[in-house]
Amino acid sequence: MTQEVNQFVEFKLGDEVYGVNILQVKTIERMMPITRVPKTPPFVEGVINLRGEIVPVIDLKKRFDLPHTETTENTRIIIVTVEDITVGMIVDSATEVIQLSKDDIEPAPDMAGGIDSSFLDGVGKLDDKLIILLNMSKILKPQELDQLSHI
Amino acid sequence: MNEQYLNVFLEEAKEHILSLNQDLLELEASPEGYVVDEIFRSAHTLKGMSGTMGFNKISQITHEMENLLQEIRSGNITITPEIIDTLLEATDVLESFVNTIAETGEEGKQDIKSILNKLKRSDLTYISNEQNDTQLQEHHGFNEYEERLINQALEKQLCVWKIIIKLQKECLLKSARAFLVFKTLENFGDIIKTEPPVQDIEDEKFDSEFTLFIVTSENRENIKVALESISELESIVIEPVNKVEGDEKKQINRETKTDDNSSNSQHFNKTMKMTKTIRVDINRLDKLMNLVSELIIIKTRLEGLNQDSDIQKKREALEYLERITSSLHDAVMKVRMVPIENVFNRFPRVVHDLSRDLSKDISLTIEGAETELDRTIIDEIGDPLIHLIRNAADHGIESPEERIQNGKPEKGNIKLKAYHDGNNVVIEVGDDGKGIDVEKIKEKALQNGLLDESKQTNLKQSELLSFLFEPGFSTKGQVTGVSGRGVGLDVVKTKIESLGGNIEIKTAKNVGTTFTIKLPLTLAIIQALMVMVGDEKYAIPLDAIKETVIISVSDIKKVQHNEIILLRGNVIPIVRLYNVLDIEKTSSDLESLTLVIVKKGDRDVGLAVDNLIGQQEIVIKSLGDYLKNIKFIAGATILGDGKVALILDTNALI
Repeated sequence: MTQEVNQFVEFKLGDEVYGVNILQVKTIERMMPITRVPKTPPFVEGVINLRGEIVPVIDLKKRFDLPHTETTENTRIIIVTVEDITVGMIVDSATEVIQLSKDDIEPAPDMAGGIDSSFLDGVGKLDDKLIILLNMSKILKPQELDQLSHI
Repeated sequence: MNEQYLNVFLEEAKEHILSLNQDLLELEASPEGYVVDEIFRSAHTLKGMSGTMGFNKISQITHEMENLLQEIRSGNITITPEIIDTLLEATDVLESFVNTIAETGEEGKQDIKSILNKLKRSDLTYISNEQNDTQLQEHHGFNEYEERLINQALEKQLCVWKIIIKLQKECLLKSARAFLVFKTLENFGDIIKTEPPVQDIEDEKFDSEFTLFIVTSENRENIKVALESISELESIVIEPVNKVEGDEKKQINRETKTDDNSSNSQHFNKTMKMTKTIRVDINRLDKLMNLVSELIIIKTRLEGLNQDSDIQKKREALEYLERITSSLHDAVMKVRMVPIENVFNRFPRVVHDLSRDLSKDISLTIEGAETELDRTIIDEIGDPLIHLIRNAADHGIESPEERIQNGKPEKGNIKLKAYHDGNNVVIEVGDDGKGIDVEKIKEKALQNGLLDESKQTNLKQSELLSFLFEPGFSTKGQVTGVSGRGVGLDVVKTKIESLGGNIEIKTAKNVGTTFTIKLPLTLAIIQALMVMVGDEKYAIPLDAIKETVIISVSDIKKVQHNEIILLRGNVIPIVRLYNVLDIEKTSSDLESLTLVIVKKGDRDVGLAVDNLIGQQEIVIKSLGDYLKNIKFIAGATILGDGKVALILDTNALI
């Protein structure tokens, strides 16, 4: 069933606003202790105990090579599930759920917000805001993980 | 069809088929034994079961097996290898039907004519019914309507029987007798045709014989028994009517019917949920029940204790709780334990068939079949073991001539041994064949580029043997149907390691080869030693630990840039965990170093840690799909404080 209108969870990394399709979001958690896992790429922060389940967590700012900022009260972990893989993403804040129709979305320019366009599903416009929409399957490609961890 | 009984039917059918296989092999070995009775019983029970469920093909096959076995029992036929083969083939056909039923709920379209003929032809006193039938069909000239009825019935897996009744010469009221026959048969199904026509029978316009055709789901035996209760019948002959060859119109009818049937089975597929079952000793379940009740009692007790209760009471309660949860865990594990016999019991048949296919004489000995394993392991271990057996038969055991030449007994032997060793189950697959040619492995490894010319002289036998587990590796020149493709051993190793176990090879030229598989008994909960490396906590499975020792830094020696320590005369290499795990060295240079000595086979390694925290029972949790195959990490566990600690993979560290 395709919908004309899609819902996205809006979150912030630094000053930029991003969105991820709500169908892929399981929960949004507060920051919690993360156990480091050795021999993983730098953007893999580690794993957390999510109500008895072990979930890996990545730092999206590191993933996109954005400048590092400190954790605050507003820092959240967005738990997403894509193709049977569940991963948490650390974001600076997760504000609301927004609706975007197909018309509001444009294809992403090559370097939107400093991020490779292959990670993006497009750019959405809401009022005056530009929301960079993420393609989670590309971002969570495990094969890449393998290559990266051998660096 | 009775869906709720289907599960029971399948379970029991599989058991009977297993008995048939075992007993037939025994019969082959000692033809004069009493095992014929056992085989007859199995076939008979299967016939009854399948008849009740409406599985007519199985019914027919088992019926013919019964007939054949009866002839054997009464001494009319002597047992020949061909007869055993036919019976084994029939058992295979039965097995494939049972599998089809397990998947689709119906017997399926498999044709049984050939196996029925084989079973009948084996018994030389039976005439091939098929021939008779075609003759009869020609004579009887069914009209179009009757033909259609017959074909439709056959499509629906019903039987069409031709019943020839001959009345005794002295019988006075022929039509009354005939009426009784009709009445009896009408209980079973529909009579679609009679010869002479019904009117003529009622008018007694027949000699002493009349024929009727009935469509029914009943088998021949039940009809015969029912008719036998009618007196003054001289003879009752019941024959099956097979498909009547029709013209195009009927073909189309038949085809549409076929579609209906297949769509029916698909529908059935979706609605059917087959659950796997295991047989459990009732005593174990009772114990489990008791422990759970104790758990409830202790829970109530703990609820009753409040802030004011003295520490002693609390401590006692908690100790009791610990004992109960421990026993509970053991009891649940025991419920899941199944004797390895369940896996081993298919192997005699496998070896029997292999001996035939390879023209070798191979016997199979089994030791320790009562050794118990967790259910999940039982399901997974069968295929690797079969592969190892096939390897032993194909590559290991020599041909009878070769064996005699080498002064060995003509009969080769494959030995399966299972036993408990600490917290593990060990399974050995050994053969007394020609052993593995280590030189050939070296050649192949060099050929495949797995081995460097320069390194070849330094390798130990065990290292060379481990090449066999590389994908695509095979020293056999040709690929046979049995093995040689080089896809087997690496899959075996992967499967075993995925179960948390390992596999090793020992071989001696001309003496034989043994594969040793070690598997953990408990899958998910283990005892572990918690250690600190830097400020991170790690768990090391207690199984892998030989001992812990504190050494003085001054005793550390260096051999070719590697740190080692001499422990009671043994050289033990040291692995600094903070290096391996990319942890910052926090502790300043102390005089002493804490080492955890871990073992893998006969090799030991000392892991340098900063602190030992203590022994703890932990639940192994997977890291998930995203973080598969992280080196040195076997999994994770959740500690009492809710934080995650990683479990070290000691095998990778050695």
